[in-house]
Amino acid sequence: MSVTPQRLQITAANPDPALLDLPWHVPLEDWPAETLAALPRGISRHIVRFAKMSGRVVAIKEIGETVAYREYELLRQLRKLDVPSVEPVGVITGRRSPEGEPLEAVLITQHLQFSLPYRALFSQSLRPDTATRLIDALAVLLVRLHLAGFYWGDVSLSNTLFRRDAETFAAYLVDAETGDLHDVLTPGQRGYDLEVARVNIIGELMDLQAGEFLDEDEDAVGIGEALVVRYEELWRALTETESFGFGERWRVQARIDRLNDLGFDVGELDITTDLDGTSVRIQPKVVDAGHHSRRLMRLTGLDVQENQARRLLNDLDEFRAATDRQADDEAFVAHDWVTDIFEPAVRSVPRELRGKLEPAQIYHELLDHRWYLSQQQHRDVPMTEVATSYVATILPTRPDEQAVLGTRAEDLRDGDAAGPAADDDLDPERLIG
Amino acid sequence: MATVSFDHATRIYPGTERPAVDALNLHVEDGEFLVLVGPSGCGKSTSLRMLAGLEDVNAGRILIGDRDVTDVQPKDRDIAMVFQNYALYPHMTVADNMGFALKIAGTPKAEIRQRVEEAAKILDLQQYLDRKPKALSGGQRQRVAMGRAIVRQPQVFLMDEPLSNLDAKLRVQTRTQIASLQRRLGVTTVYVTHDQTEALTMGDRIAVLKDGILQQVGTPRDMYDTPANVFVAGFIGSPAMNIGTFPVLEGSASVGSSRLALPREAVTRLTDDDKGHITVGFRPESLDVVPQGTPDAFPVVVNIVEELGSDAYVYGALTNDFGQAASVHSGAGDAQVIVRVDPRQVPPKGSTIYVRIRPTEQHLFHAGSGERIG
Repeated sequence: MSVTPQRLQITAANPDPALLDLPWHVPLEDWPAETLAALPRGISRHIVRFAKMSGRVVAIKEIGETVAYREYELLRQLRKLDVPSVEPVGVITGRRSPEGEPLEAVLITQHLQFSLPYRALFSQSLRPDTATRLIDALAVLLVRLHLAGFYWGDVSLSNTLFRRDAETFAAYLVDAETGDLHDVLTPGQRGYDLEVARVNIIGELMDLQAGEFLDEDEDAVGIGEALVVRYEELWRALTETESFGFGERWRVQARIDRLNDLGFDVGELDITTDLDGTSVRIQPKVVDAGHHSRRLMRLTGLDVQENQARRLLNDLDEFRAATDRQADDEAFVAHDWVTDIFEPAVRSVPRELRGKLEPAQIYHELLDHRWYLSQQQHRDVPMTEVATSYVATILPTRPDEQAVLGTRAEDLRDGDAAGPAADDDLDPERLIG
Repeated sequence: MATVSFDHATRIYPGTERPAVDALNLHVEDGEFLVLVGPSGCGKSTSLRMLAGLEDVNAGRILIGDRDVTDVQPKDRDIAMVFQNYALYPHMTVADNMGFALKIAGTPKAEIRQRVEEAAKILDLQQYLDRKPKALSGGQRQRVAMGRAIVRQPQVFLMDEPLSNLDAKLRVQTRTQIASLQRRLGVTTVYVTHDQTEALTMGDRIAVLKDGILQQVGTPRDMYDTPANVFVAGFIGSPAMNIGTFPVLEGSASVGSSRLALPREAVTRLTDDDKGHITVGFRPESLDVVPQGTPDAFPVVVNIVEELGSDAYVYGALTNDFGQAASVHSGAGDAQVIVRVDPRQVPPKGSTIYVRIRPTEQHLFHAGSGERIG
């Protein structure tokens, strides 16, 4: 019998010819080490690998053909809706081994730079409230997905990636396999997502406890339940109808300000008055996350995450006050702040240390460090001095988080503790056949 | 354990006029395995999600046992969506992987252990309970995932295309496993698939939906032997039934140059809506290959022969002799018929064979409404 040759079918929005150089005729679990990038991986029921391609890193998941196309399309739609999610690169089908055995289709996504799976975060020495901060980030992501009409179906820490965002984290959706886009979600869909999230998170934390990566005394159940509370608070704040007397119209602006504080812009606010005009009802209809990051982008062109933007905008305000330029156009002041303060500070980081953290995150840490030095020395320490001290004492102790290329996954972990990030013996990707 | 009832349950998506599920009436018996099947967009997944509480019910009710759950949150319905998320936790033992949801719910330790052991017995996992998932084979891991749903002892299992991301071989294996496991557990199960073979092989009963409307419910045998309408006739069975619409002349269907005798009562039941036509269905195995010149036989030009070892199927075209060729369709396309032939006497490609419908094995439908006659 003649062997059926491989005939690849590549579906991609911006096909990179380098895609053709990857060994598609080999099952993913047997890919040669030189092709792979050693990055921490989450728990998955599929085989997932990270590969180097054209100087970047892509995540490759072996999955059924129809499911692959479906997830690819969903991820594309989520990008269009501006929801934080991984960027789909493409789908490849028609793979065959040299012996003619058909191989599973793959879905390729862009690896999110500076992102970390929760298991890697827990294997680093982190602040004790790491779990709570991850939960907060996941609650924001879930609310944003639900506002956009996305039912996830399998919410978990494993299906999320985290990026540092000032003192908090920002969460990104990585796995849309079980998801669906609707015009509006029903209370049942939102409730089910929350329940799945609660149970999965508790399970994931219990697993970390079983592996001794999380203190036995941490209340896994409490942390899982905190997600539900956080989600519901935020959902109410963003969607609740508020009624008040006609004389209290200031409450319209107050509501908008409150939403801005939560990091959301109001795209459309529904205002109705009753027939005799004595009471007013308002309900936000369209809210968009990223209030601060959009404002910073408009003023400076810097594209950073929400809480980083909040921090940078505060520094910009301080700069404006310190230089006594309140009367100047904000855009001009912002331009000077970028060229005189932000860029020199970030540029003072030697090239070899730039893979540690994102520039905006480095600037956030510089601001922390400035506060610390100023407290210590009882004076306003200038940014140039702060940067020198930070680069010498703090930054070298930080792990590289851009993309841990060319290192073994084990190096991501602290000391000799066998971390849960990626353990070749364990190979969490293969836990389900 | 419980029964499940859809009582005129309707789902209309906001901004649409046609219901995604239209007044569905369906009763699932306690312990029954019911399969919802139909083409994409037929409303099968929407129906399942209504039962799960993920879709609003705009009219009608849904009951689990005697309890009206129409407005109950999913987590309070005592159901389990099986296979939705089955990644196993690497640091937990198999027992903990199966029982952690009970631990979260605050179930006493001894009871958790007892339920896990019972489930492990059914799943043949007893000797692995204290091991970590990495020590298990792929199939065993999948059973641990099933165990998670089992230990919760829900009233109803819901499964939405659970095999869709498995490769063909594993799909057939898992299909058998799920079906036999369900019978051992006796838990009422509602299962959604687009694949009629899956439906026929797994379900105690099958419900076929199309355009949000329930077409027929019955055992696999009912659906195959007495399809209620032309849609079910064409949907259930592989290869699909050959179906054609012909004029009725003097009590017979006029099949080109030949005639197909029709039962008198069928002819008397034709209505004005049928405009003097009748729809005739015949399965590939209901055709006999006969010598040229046999009464009521018609010619088929052999395009392809699919040999399956135990069977062989001729995919053939109808000729001009066959007056209404274009009005016949089958799994192979319009003006095509599929004929099961003796695998030891396979006709060559391009040859013409003569076939005749076995008189008692034809299915008759109203040409107007598509409903079964008689």
